[in-house]
Amino acid sequence: MSATAATPRPQIARPPTAWQTGSNVVFRGLTHAFAGAVVVLLAGIVFEVMRHASGAMAKYGAGFVTGSVWDANRNEFGILPEIGGTLYTSFWALLLAGFLGVTLALVLSQGFLGKRSELVMKNVVELLAAIPSVVYGLWGIFVLVPLLRGPAGFLNDHFPNFPLFSTRLSGPGILPASLVLAIMILPTVTAVSREAMAAVPPRLAAAAYGLGATRWEVIFRVTLPTASGGIFGALVLGLGRAFGETMALAMLAGNAPNFSWSLFSPGNTLAALLANHFPEAGEFEVGALMYAALVLLLITLAVNIIGSLIMLRATAGLKGLR
Amino acid sequence: MAQSSLPSNSAPLGFSLANSRTLLDRVLTVLAIGFSLFALFPLFSVLYMLLVRGGELLSPSLFTELTPGAGMEGGGIGNAVLGTLVVVAIASVLSLPLGLLAAIYLAEYAEESKLGTLVRFAGKVLTGMPSILAGVFAYALVVVTTGSFSALAGGVAMSVLMVPTVMLTAEQALRAVPEKMRMAALGMGATRMETTLRVVLPTALPGILTGVMLALARAMGETAPLLFTALFSDYWFEGQFGSPIASLAVLIYNFSGSPFPHLVKLAWAASLILVFLVLVLNVGAQLLIRRPKEI
Repeated sequence: MSATAATPRPQIARPPTAWQTGSNVVFRGLTHAFAGAVVVLLAGIVFEVMRHASGAMAKYGAGFVTGSVWDANRNEFGILPEIGGTLYTSFWALLLAGFLGVTLALVLSQGFLGKRSELVMKNVVELLAAIPSVVYGLWGIFVLVPLLRGPAGFLNDHFPNFPLFSTRLSGPGILPASLVLAIMILPTVTAVSREAMAAVPPRLAAAAYGLGATRWEVIFRVTLPTASGGIFGALVLGLGRAFGETMALAMLAGNAPNFSWSLFSPGNTLAALLANHFPEAGEFEVGALMYAALVLLLITLAVNIIGSLIMLRATAGLKGLR
Repeated sequence: MAQSSLPSNSAPLGFSLANSRTLLDRVLTVLAIGFSLFALFPLFSVLYMLLVRGGELLSPSLFTELTPGAGMEGGGIGNAVLGTLVVVAIASVLSLPLGLLAAIYLAEYAEESKLGTLVRFAGKVLTGMPSILAGVFAYALVVVTTGSFSALAGGVAMSVLMVPTVMLTAEQALRAVPEKMRMAALGMGATRMETTLRVVLPTALPGILTGVMLALARAMGETAPLLFTALFSDYWFEGQFGSPIASLAVLIYNFSGSPFPHLVKLAWAASLILVFLVLVLNVGAQLLIRRPKEI
């Protein structure tokens, strides 16, 4: 007893040194500052684009959005055909990618395949997203457009009065652009709607199976209605991607400053307009392009926020069923 | 009596395609799998074309020679390969510290704070922002200010795209570190900073690296933000950050519209190399997260 008291244990506990407390505070402040910097970055983007667009905004006002002439020589700028082209190509892309994406999501989530092939297929879909858009553009120019020329010519020959087929496909055009756009948003639509389907409580499907429903009856009457909010959100997020996608459209839409309902005629989109005109733009045109970029920013921002809100509500709505 | 309460038209139990409901079920299944394969057809077509047309020019000189002028034969894409690496390196230097420290704030300090919510929201908005707007931002910030297209402007544009991916995936990785490890370190007398740097970060490293690699892969393939920031150059990069620089992505775009077949062939070769680099990064990222964690 007295031995332990005589030899005190070596002191291993000590208060933190000044360096430790100091660096701790500095580190905390640093992470705080960098986190704030991310917000500043977003604000900076909006601010910079607005600052450079302000001249054009004051000069052209709302007429910029309704004008349909883009002529840098006469300093006349309007982006109506580009807005139309953006909406039109995105519509077709979303129609196709929505159908195929939801089908893919069903195949991936409803037990059609074994666990192993499900994983392989999921990775293949992710691979689809990994390929750079400029490569899809190259593929579109040299594989897709020649492939489409035959059927497009046939449709134009036989239904020249049907608005969708009223022109000939001379190369780039709305149809190849929309198809490639569909490929590009397919992974987004698939992944997000797969998540929505996976979030459907399994006991709902089990109850339907127990009542004697077949797999597709369960899909159509239980899974899809329950996941509909999430699937809708997936479509909106896909639309957001489609609006902003640039390269495939810059290479395949044809860069034509007019709008046509024909699938085979060339057109243009907001993002493609920026890509095609920015590298050689003069001072006035840069202002107008910044204005167009601001319009694109606002449209995609609105669509993405709406999509996220829908997803949030869809998942919150399922909470009671868990 | 009891039997009469059963519906008289109930089908006998058992599997038969003669039953219309079963038949419809099978037909829809075949259709769904058929459409799924159809949806994946473009991917296989792209990969096939890359190997066939891109493989044509594959040789060591492809990496050591400069891009040829219009109408000239020979040459390679060496300057574009180097340029892509340089731009991505600049972007990494700018975006990794920002993304990582912001992620540390979100995972370790933010809790449910207002700034945390705001930062996360900003990250999500930046992820969904069209990549060309990153180019517009870099154009406004760097090109207009310095008066010339430059490698630096390209790097700034790319970094804008990398920050949200790095930040959001790193936050997830940091949050996945079990709370008891932090408690143990703090209980031993470590400060928050020491806990974060010596315990949490090393544990979360595979997850963080996954995010970094995915961000790099995404940045490498992006073309739109480089078109009017980095532009293109037919010469080697020799340390001039203030002048235009070549990149694989812009090379593919420029040469794809060329009337000269040789340049189109180079575009396919560049695509093959770009896709190869992107896939290597993606597969690497996948392998890192697959590693089982036993904590």
